[in-house]
Amino acid sequence: MRKSLYLLAAAAFFAAGPALAQETVTIGFTASQTGKLNNDSTAQLRGFEMWRDDVNAAGGIKAGGKSYKVKFVSYDDESTGTRVQQLYTRLITQDKAQFLFSPYSSGLVATAAIISEQYGKVMMSIGGAEEKTYKLGNKYLFQTYTGASQYLAGALDVLKKKNPKAKIAFVYEDDPFSKAVAQATRDLAKKDGFAVALEESYSSSTTDFGPIINKVISSGADVLLGGGHYADGSTLARQLHDQKAKLKWVTLLVAPDSPNFAKLGEPAVGVSVPSQWEPQVTYKPDFGPTPAQFTKEFTAKYKISPGYHAAGGYGGALILQHAIEKAGSIDPAKVAAELNKTDATTLFGQTKFSTDPKSHGLQIGHKMVLAQWQMKDGKLVKEVIWPDNAKTADAKY
Amino acid sequence: MIGILASVIDGVLVGAVYGVAAMGLTLIWGVMNVINLSHGAIIVLGMFVVYFLTNATGVSPYYGIPIVLVVGFAAGVIIYWMSVNRVIGRPILMSLLATFALNMIIIGLATAAWTTSPYNVPISLPGITIQNYTFTGTHIMAAVIAGVIAGLLYLFLHYTRPGRAIRAVASNREAAELNGIPTRRVLAMAFGLGVALACVSGALISTLFPFTVLSGGAYQLKSFVVTVLGGLGNPAGALLGGIALGIVEGLATPFTPVSWTPIIEFGLFVLTLMAFPRGIFSFTRP
Amino acid sequence: MSNSVSQEVAKAGTFKPRRALAEEILRHARRPFPWLIVVFTVIVAIAPNVLDDVSLRESLLLAAVYVTLASNLNLMIGYAGYVNFGNIVFFGLGGYIGVYLATTWHVNLVLSALIGGVGVSALAYLFGLGILRLRGAFFALATIGVNEAIHAFVTNFEPWGGATGIYLSMDAYEPLGGPMKGLWLCYYLIVVVMGLSLLLSYAIKTSKFGLGILAIGQNEDAAAVLGVPTPRYKAIIYSVSGFLPAVAGCLYFFKSGIIEPNGAFDLTTSIEAIVMLMLGGAGTVTGPVIGAFLYEELRSFLLFSETFSHLQLVLAGALLLVIVLFVPGGLMGWLFARVPRLRKWLQ
Repeated sequence: MRKSLYLLAAAAFFAAGPALAQETVTIGFTASQTGKLNNDSTAQLRGFEMWRDDVNAAGGIKAGGKSYKVKFVSYDDESTGTRVQQLYTRLITQDKAQFLFSPYSSGLVATAAIISEQYGKVMMSIGGAEEKTYKLGNKYLFQTYTGASQYLAGALDVLKKKNPKAKIAFVYEDDPFSKAVAQATRDLAKKDGFAVALEESYSSSTTDFGPIINKVISSGADVLLGGGHYADGSTLARQLHDQKAKLKWVTLLVAPDSPNFAKLGEPAVGVSVPSQWEPQVTYKPDFGPTPAQFTKEFTAKYKISPGYHAAGGYGGALILQHAIEKAGSIDPAKVAAELNKTDATTLFGQTKFSTDPKSHGLQIGHKMVLAQWQMKDGKLVKEVIWPDNAKTADAKY
Repeated sequence: MIGILASVIDGVLVGAVYGVAAMGLTLIWGVMNVINLSHGAIIVLGMFVVYFLTNATGVSPYYGIPIVLVVGFAAGVIIYWMSVNRVIGRPILMSLLATFALNMIIIGLATAAWTTSPYNVPISLPGITIQNYTFTGTHIMAAVIAGVIAGLLYLFLHYTRPGRAIRAVASNREAAELNGIPTRRVLAMAFGLGVALACVSGALISTLFPFTVLSGGAYQLKSFVVTVLGGLGNPAGALLGGIALGIVEGLATPFTPVSWTPIIEFGLFVLTLMAFPRGIFSFTRP
Repeated sequence: MSNSVSQEVAKAGTFKPRRALAEEILRHARRPFPWLIVVFTVIVAIAPNVLDDVSLRESLLLAAVYVTLASNLNLMIGYAGYVNFGNIVFFGLGGYIGVYLATTWHVNLVLSALIGGVGVSALAYLFGLGILRLRGAFFALATIGVNEAIHAFVTNFEPWGGATGIYLSMDAYEPLGGPMKGLWLCYYLIVVVMGLSLLLSYAIKTSKFGLGILAIGQNEDAAAVLGVPTPRYKAIIYSVSGFLPAVAGCLYFFKSGIIEPNGAFDLTTSIEAIVMLMLGGAGTVTGPVIGAFLYEELRSFLLFSETFSHLQLVLAGALLLVIVLFVPGGLMGWLFARVPRLRKWLQ
């Protein structure tokens, strides 16, 4: 009697088994929970987490007849490259991560990419715009952001209309991303007939911009393009204001996009930023939430409006999910093949990867916008001022 | 031309603060032949004390300076009795490592408490503008306070009994003891004073620039350079050395890319060490 | 110092290379300790392969690098008594020279590393003649100055990538048979370098040259009076202490796939090498090994554990403080004091 009861129980258990096959897929990454990249990296992390929660709430990623719940394993890279390599090696060899997200910021992405390539794991690069990383012969790296060389094209476009004879000072952080943007833009500027009054790079740990600002004043520049990330960008903006640098136009990378930038008050007025995405855009996604839905959900969850870091995080993760579902498996080679074929639009914009082996993974579909902080009814508001077909306000020179 | 002048003046202003930072280091070094490798960490502590004071009370950071002085002194005396006391007179490696170990402990605890993210003491003072160049009020205020502190230190060392006791111990410890000076207590006081000076410089720096738990390292290195320029054990020399460093930085910036400044600084440092092994303005030690 | 010792010291100046070298090697081959080093090196080399454990390889690789750094640092701190705070400059500069040659000029990896080592040693000899005139704390500060100056220089040096550094493209690993094989090869080479460091440390300690160096460490002026050519010896040991770290640097950064100024000239790593040396016992050959492994284990544990990852520095600092205040001889020093017979087997 008891024996058959056991058999019955066992049979029931195994019969019910496949229908409940709930596997997990582990995605590993590092985030800069501390250190100078903390502000931007946290926004990106929130994008990831919101995606994971949304996906798991809907039952997980559905591929090859199975349902995969998403599990994150992450560490704090403290915004330094040395920890990144050790941590990613551990993520792959000990935590058995099947897919990887990159850390935030191009310098760290490059460091992590070496590990992901050495072990043949697919890594979605989110938050890494510098293009050199993708020209090193990788096979499993995919860039979500628009490349660095495109960043300031919009600013130059606006300047061409406002003051084609402007004298431009390039003051930028000495790190792979900012350097790539500044140098590409400087070449573009020269071609467009602008005068380059000054070109200076500063070390990432700089807090005293006094000497550089004096140089900017001496050079008689009207326009300043450059910056780097949040910490130095916000400090530069403040000190430019304190030293009354009298610039007619300031575009800084990354920093002004964060909602925290508004806390600067006076120094923030008029500063513009090239942005991968703004809440006001009107892309029509092939899958996933629309920009408006995303913005609403994010603001409700985190009590702060999303910037492009969060949108990029969510969008990049969506693309990976889509590729896994299309491939029908979590085998890296199959997923990579699907990613190579991807040409889709999400809330973040169009996503398409270069498949040329010399620049594999480079993002070739996505486009930038330019936003500026302006005073509206006594409050600081970020308006999109370029390109014309996406703008919500006019540029203030 | 005016641009270069502006740069130099700015350098002098910031250099005065470097000078105060170095004063603590050179005092301790000169009096007890201990190179305090936790100097940078202590500067950072000064920054954080001011930050929390300003945050909690909303009062101007400048009012926090006397508090920082007292807290720093107390902390210095405690550190002295806990660790430095045992390594005085031992081989130099021991004191280097002991103070460095302290540095690691302080930075480690601070990182655990406050992480390495940037902090800011928001303060804005009206500055002076000449032609196109503005010297921010905070820079001027910091330099003035630095000068005042240097002056007070000089008065203390030369016109008060404890101050003269410190100088006596610095120049000849055994003779001082024979004369009835309680050397251990004087050393503790000197260490406390050195730490207090470092904290105050941190407080001043926090009004000028944003900082992180790791910012101390750079200022410690600058303090070494200034100490070598100004001469060991010579606080007045430290102020001059700081201003000299500020002038070097100010002169270098208009002519060379800003990223070359560290090369110039450290090249100068190594060359000065090789040419003047005891520092340029060395007055206390032969 | 006894009569025979001063005779030995005097003889240190009159060194007959070839025959003396062969005699020395034979004499040492009969002692157990060099063989212990060789066996240890072989075990470390094959362990990850035998156990098929890649993460073990990763942590052993780091440990081997640390042993190399600490062991060569021992030559300056433990033997000659000069504190080289900026010792990481050898590692970083050797890394840059080697990686540059291997990537831009496609020179064979081992050859690049060797050229890096020789280059750094030559530079160190020249620099050494200058800064070794300084004593005590001044020398220590000068080494920091040298590290920072070279750090700042490399950051501005465009042919070496400036602040961004040199990135290896994946086909840099092709001559080695692809990335996976390349990683293993780098690992074996680094372990070999570690073994060589230990052998070098032992060889110097038991040689006539080493006697001169140890004399300088005890009392430099007395050594000079007794006939040890101190300026030349100091420059030689400084230069020698840079060779293997430079080679290791090239291999390590090649394996990492990237070399950039902040990671290559990191003062913190430099100081950690000192901590490891002190922990294990300066002046001994086995000290750096024990110190490096212990420290690396501690550090790994703290790095990955949720609660402690921020306390890594605090614990390391507290450890160092305790050692300096109470056990300046480090673990080996303490061990040798307790069990003097160990000195027959270990050094």
